[in-house]
Amino acid sequence: MHRMNKLDLDQARIAECRGYAARIAGGVQSYIDRHTTVTVERSVLRLCGVDGVDRFDVPVPNLMVDEVRRGGDLSRGISVYLAAALKATGLSLDALSAGVADGSVSLLGHPLPDADEARAILKPLLDASFERIRKNRADRENYLDRFGRREPEIYVIVATGNIHEDVVQAQAAADAGADVIAVIRSTGQSLLDYVPYGATTEGFGGTYATQENFRIMRRALDETSERLGRYVKLVNYASGLCMPEIAAMGALERLDMMLNDSMYGIIFRDINMRRTFVDQYFSRSLNAVAGITINTGEDNYLTTADAVENAHTVLASQFINEAFALTAGLPARQMGLGHAFEIDPMVENGFLYEIAQAQMAREIFPEAPLKYMPPTKHSTGNIFHTQAQDTLFNTAVMMTGQSIHLLAMMTEAIHTPFLSDRHLAIKNARMVQTTMRGIADEIQFTPGGIVQQRAQHVLSRAEELLSAIAQGSLFEALEQGVFADVKRAQDGGKGAEGVVEKHAEYLNPAMEKIEEVRQHD
Amino acid sequence: MIKPYGDTMGDGKVQLSFSLPVAAGAHGIECAREIARQMGLPDPAVVDCEPMGEGFSHYVVYGMVPYGVDPATIRVRDVETPVMSMEEIEQLIEDKLGRDIVFVGASTGSDAHTVGIDAIMNMKGFAGHYGLERYKHIKAYNMGSQVPNEAFIKKAREVNADVLLVSQTVTQKDVHLHNLVELVELLEAEKMRDQVILVCGGARITHELAKELGYDAGFGPKKYAEDVASFTVQELIRRKEQA
Repeated sequence: MHRMNKLDLDQARIAECRGYAARIAGGVQSYIDRHTTVTVERSVLRLCGVDGVDRFDVPVPNLMVDEVRRGGDLSRGISVYLAAALKATGLSLDALSAGVADGSVSLLGHPLPDADEARAILKPLLDASFERIRKNRADRENYLDRFGRREPEIYVIVATGNIHEDVVQAQAAADAGADVIAVIRSTGQSLLDYVPYGATTEGFGGTYATQENFRIMRRALDETSERLGRYVKLVNYASGLCMPEIAAMGALERLDMMLNDSMYGIIFRDINMRRTFVDQYFSRSLNAVAGITINTGEDNYLTTADAVENAHTVLASQFINEAFALTAGLPARQMGLGHAFEIDPMVENGFLYEIAQAQMAREIFPEAPLKYMPPTKHSTGNIFHTQAQDTLFNTAVMMTGQSIHLLAMMTEAIHTPFLSDRHLAIKNARMVQTTMRGIADEIQFTPGGIVQQRAQHVLSRAEELLSAIAQGSLFEALEQGVFADVKRAQDGGKGAEGVVEKHAEYLNPAMEKIEEVRQHD
Repeated sequence: MIKPYGDTMGDGKVQLSFSLPVAAGAHGIECAREIARQMGLPDPAVVDCEPMGEGFSHYVVYGMVPYGVDPATIRVRDVETPVMSMEEIEQLIEDKLGRDIVFVGASTGSDAHTVGIDAIMNMKGFAGHYGLERYKHIKAYNMGSQVPNEAFIKKAREVNADVLLVSQTVTQKDVHLHNLVELVELLEAEKMRDQVILVCGGARITHELAKELGYDAGFGPKKYAEDVASFTVQELIRRKEQA
């Protein structure tokens, strides 16, 4: 908890911002509540235990949902079809999945049970998955209680394209002091409308987010955690067209953090906004009960838009992400709201602006494990200069009490990190963390000085923006390009065809289970 | 002949850093020295050796290169047209072309990075260099990232593009070369290759490489919108005058 008011921020204005954000998210939620998507339905199947692929590597959840889309009525939810097939065939879930994979069994052509019967048929399957998710959450808590929690947490990426090589690099990074390992995804996965299957040994710029890859890395990091006496967290990306399915896989395999933004896919991947809003709600609801900390993507805004002029869009988006997260049942302690150190280092007093913005985020979201991203945009091939810039970033982390400290690499803008890049970055970060351990508590800002004025200015512009968005809708704001200078059409973008309006008798027992768990939390 | 310059002309001093998959220690240091010797450094000094996780170590090594090069014999293929300012380019378009010119840009293939194409095209530009959207007489369409080559060509045809700009940031396993070559092949198949100026850019792109791949020009790091615009506008004028 970081309650303070070093920046003399107007608390009433912050409350206004929260009010606008709640209205904005609420306006979208009424749309979300009336719709489902193909990937939400596939997540329901995955949570019932459906897995595997056919001989063309098409995942069974896709086969099932596609079949119902073609010949049934997906607006009723996939659950009722799965329950019908289980009942009529008398097969086990695994046998049914295998039958669908080899084409011998269909989900269609069986009498549909009523909602209560469907719930009863699927209950043991969903109970088993949610028990596994509950146990994962308890295991994580036990590890953290036993080994302790650290702040800031040092977060690094691995991106070899081979999950087994990623393991080597991740373990070396953990040895060097990393607390959090993110396995970068193979480029382009966000636009696949299915989740690949099995272990990746040849990805581009990363490995696919697959359940098997999650399992391999989690097992390796658990070994490392035991050896080091420090729990090493695992991160992947519940983003793109399969956001909810990846959240389901992460919940089942005990990932600890998920990149999971409410708008990132819309803005940066041109994914249809309706699709994204529906998907983010289900995935975040699941992350909430799995105890997974989400990471939001506001840092990216500044890689395309100017970091000085557009700082307020980051703050406005954080408020909106917070509002969506609250709706999905995520507590503040699981909201890794993102921001970044991206001001051109040659801007006069740029570092003071960075401090102002980082401190502002800290004070406005006191309980959130803020995720602070390093400079990338102004990193060049001059590794010596980049290393110096990264040290400034590390300093800002400590001066403003950031939580998730994503490490900068001196070879940013050159290649995915070498083993040594990561090692040197961790060494730099640990040096700064150690030598400046108590600095945040020692700092007061000059009343009316550059830092205070900057923070107040950004807050007031964020309020103006939120107020303007709240006048209309978030759909319209995204069409006008208020975030990251990117404009998106409501019915444009990828995956729009995968959104389905719910039938009056739509059934989703997985979501009911999530709501039930949430009530008991 | 010239050699790397440390602090005295001709000393040949270079610095290296690398990792080895052996434990740090006397044995690792000797392995590092031997690597440096095989690289042609006669008496390398290993000034730092650090352990880096289990079974890995990192080295900083100094050495003296015994070789030199004669700079007079070294030739570089670079874009030869002079670089002009935004205002000069705008004036040139007005005077010599008398019409708007159309750029279509994208980060193609699976590449999700927009940083390169944005730096060249977005209004704001990069590091104080305004992007193409800001130029009078230039219509710039930035399609963003992960644009399939087919969609890119379709757009180019739709808006009757004069210039195609392709950005490639991800270079792992040479995926960028594959994308770039495929675009040239598709353009040739569509009989469009000669109707456009085809330009690529990215952190690992050089003009030399671009020419080899069948592009009209390539722009690497530290190149800005005016570099791209200067070349393309002058090339359009040259083509117009030739026609």
